[in-house]
Amino acid sequence: MSQTTVEPERGKLDRFSRAAASYVDDRTKIGVLVKEFGRKIFPDHWSFMLGEIALFSFITILITGVFLTLFFDPSMAHVEYEGSYLPLKGMEMSAAMASTLDISFDIRGGLLIRQVHHWAALLFNAAIGLHILRVFFTGAFRKPREINWIIGFLLFVLALVAGFTGYSLPDDLLSGNGLRIIDGFIKALPFVGVWISYLLFGGEFPGDDLVGRFYSLHILVVPAVILLLIGIHLVLVFLHKHTQYPGPGKTEKNIVGQPILPVYAAKAGGFFFIVSGFVFLLGGIFQINPVWNYGPYDPSPISAGTQPDWYMGWTDGFLRLVPSHWEFVLWGYTFSMNLLVVYIVAGIFLGLVALYPFIEAWITGDKREHHLLDRPRKAATRTGIGAAGVMFYAVAWAAASSDLIATHFHLSLEGVTIFLQILLFVGPVFSFIIAKRIALALQKKDREIVLHGSESGYIVRLEGGEYVEVHNPIDDGLRWKLLSYHSDYEPWMLRPNAKGKIGFWRRTRAALSRFYFEDRIEPVSQSELDAARHDHKPELNTGH
Amino acid sequence: MAKELENPESADHGSALIPADPIKDPGLPPHHTRVTDIHPSKERHASRVVATWFWISMIMSIFATVAYFVWPIKHGDLGTVRLSTTLLGVAVGLALLSIGLGAAYWAKHLMVDTELVDERHPTSSDEETREIAAEYMHLGNVESGFTRRKLIRNSLIGALALSPLPAVVMLRDLAPADDPNVLLKQTMWKQGERLARDPSGTPIKASDVTLGSAFHVIPQSLNKLHGAEMLNEKAKAIVLLMRLKPEDLKELPERKGWSYDGIVAYSKVCTHVGCPVALYEQQTHHLLCPCHQSTFDVTEHCKVIFGPAARPLPQLPIAIDSEGYLVAQSDFLEPVGPSFWERER
Ligand code: FES
Repeated sequence: MSQTTVEPERGKLDRFSRAAASYVDDRTKIGVLVKEFGRKIFPDHWSFMLGEIALFSFITILITGVFLTLFFDPSMAHVEYEGSYLPLKGMEMSAAMASTLDISFDIRGGLLIRQVHHWAALLFNAAIGLHILRVFFTGAFRKPREINWIIGFLLFVLALVAGFTGYSLPDDLLSGNGLRIIDGFIKALPFVGVWISYLLFGGEFPGDDLVGRFYSLHILVVPAVILLLIGIHLVLVFLHKHTQYPGPGKTEKNIVGQPILPVYAAKAGGFFFIVSGFVFLLGGIFQINPVWNYGPYDPSPISAGTQPDWYMGWTDGFLRLVPSHWEFVLWGYTFSMNLLVVYIVAGIFLGLVALYPFIEAWITGDKREHHLLDRPRKAATRTGIGAAGVMFYAVAWAAASSDLIATHFHLSLEGVTIFLQILLFVGPVFSFIIAKRIALALQKKDREIVLHGSESGYIVRLEGGEYVEVHNPIDDGLRWKLLSYHSDYEPWMLRPNAKGKIGFWRRTRAALSRFYFEDRIEPVSQSELDAARHDHKPELNTGH
Repeated sequence: MAKELENPESADHGSALIPADPIKDPGLPPHHTRVTDIHPSKERHASRVVATWFWISMIMSIFATVAYFVWPIKHGDLGTVRLSTTLLGVAVGLALLSIGLGAAYWAKHLMVDTELVDERHPTSSDEETREIAAEYMHLGNVESGFTRRKLIRNSLIGALALSPLPAVVMLRDLAPADDPNVLLKQTMWKQGERLARDPSGTPIKASDVTLGSAFHVIPQSLNKLHGAEMLNEKAKAIVLLMRLKPEDLKELPERKGWSYDGIVAYSKVCTHVGCPVALYEQQTHHLLCPCHQSTFDVTEHCKVIFGPAARPLPQLPIAIDSEGYLVAQSDFLEPVGPSFWERER
């Protein structure tokens, strides 16, 4: 009831928990941990829940995955299907496919758990992506969190691997065609491609080893590495303490929020149940990956308009966007540039994502720790770069559905493809410019609000006959938030180094710094504010 | 010992600007009390809401358990599968969701919600600790002679570098002993092998192939194989058979004898990354790969006219045997499917 209930009421429960606590502590010294972490502060913001969604959907995946391993038979040995799905009865298929059908049609709750597992995997990938975007746009990757950015990036990649290996296990027509594409993609690699494919598939494609091999990757190796990285990720979050958004009373040297015990524990713990409950509802109501409609893998049939899981889409889109005939033979060796260029482009894109914190730190030269987040508008150039990256990804992703776009909007496939090819390069440039301009415009607006208050919509006529709008004064807290002094940078001056030289790297850095910070909107200072207040006619300050 | 975080002296602030004349931080806003903090009746109401969520959860868990038995799956009846899945999913989903909503409501309305402030300290350890750590590293080096005794150090590095080698080599037997580059260059097709319908395996007479029709084709003897062996061969041997008006075919002189009366056979494995090129447009004589839309023109030896593929689909030379069945003249004369490094060797 009262806000200061820190004094616990002594009761039965209290006595019991004391006894239990001391029993455990006597044997583990766990008290140190509770003392250290029990009242650790966590700031509250909806965008901080994206990472939690990723974590909780991963836990849901683990739990449902264990159930599935109890019934799934990861073998490509051929069997005759004898289960209760009549259209496929008597058909030859792999044991993997047959047991997937059994899970779906003969085991109560089997289909539900399969679908929950699949939905949770889609959500896991989506939440990781959004979490990365949140961290990027708010500058949460800056010192001391660069390593955690890299770990998050690795988790993003591993989530793709986990998704793809799992998708391949049922050995149905769709997953088989996905593997066929991977096989062709690998074979394009110079020197090693054929051998990697050959060893991976245990001989020629498709062979009868792959499901077993992907199974151990999917249920052991990949999740173990993911768990390990999540562990390090969270340890570092504790070590650094969470970042916070700027606001009155929030500084680089403090953290404002609510303690783990009890509020954060209740909220985060409750949120786990919300996420998993939501995924169970999805799995119970919406069908996903109905492998029985596709049938067992056969190298010959395929249906038009088939789509990979959404998170693989961007890679498939890149494959589609390469123009014809990009292959040549040199010294008798085949250079499949139509595929190698995908390795190169995707590699550069991922590399830039992974290294971004270091690039930006080099440009700013800022060696301080940053715990206050940037409002995205305050880091206009970074926001523009982020928007460009999102656009690039989005175009590649849309390209994976170029055929559906064409048929749906009655356009020619050639036209759609050429449009997307151009958009892949032009789109990011436009998104950069637009996002950066919007961010700067918002900064200008904030500056106006800080100086003159917020617009009230009331127009008054002054004695001189002049019309002005009445501005309402804003409260100090909002003003402080809008100021964001902590995200203010200026371009480097190009100065010679100690030896009096201006080298290539200095020049590059100065140029990049100009690119980043030359459009700077100066935050309001106290004297400016005083001057603005002074200028105001008294009747304007009274508002209405 | 603790470093100042924002002190420009202790950490370089680079091109960041430190405001010279800033407006003062007004400090934390006052705490807002909630209705549940003031009105006991609201508080009681809130705790009833929380408890209700938890009760809903219990009811749903029990309902899910009951539903498992009451609405079982009847073999071969898809309706029962759907019903069981939906009931279990919705019940378990609501059971979990209610726990979460109850906990969140509890935290939001009943738990003490004053904002607390903690201090941050620099992430790095303090100077003294750093010195000690550096000292220990130094001792480790001096006492072992790691940098001084170059011979043993370098030998150790060499030994460590070589030790994973067997692990890599041992991966060789992931696949059989054959050379993959040889396997990729041959298929089941051979002289006299009949072209048969996919998947039934019934051979095709030239007279069956009417003008404008297309057949999905496998070698007739494919169906004698089973399991992976069959799939491996099928993955390379699938063929598309089409009959065009002979005058529509712009055949190269050296391939004139590869078709029979306007009937042509091409590999069905896309030269991009290997999907089956399954769609035939009768009007335009185009073959379309559904994976990335590579398009091949049958009239011009399946050259690529659109999409990411680089090479035409390989052609299977065909003829008819004495009984009028279509047969292969030989295997493909080039590797089928996606490109690879030693394809031309
Ligand atoms: S596999 Fe045919 S276009 Fe890519």
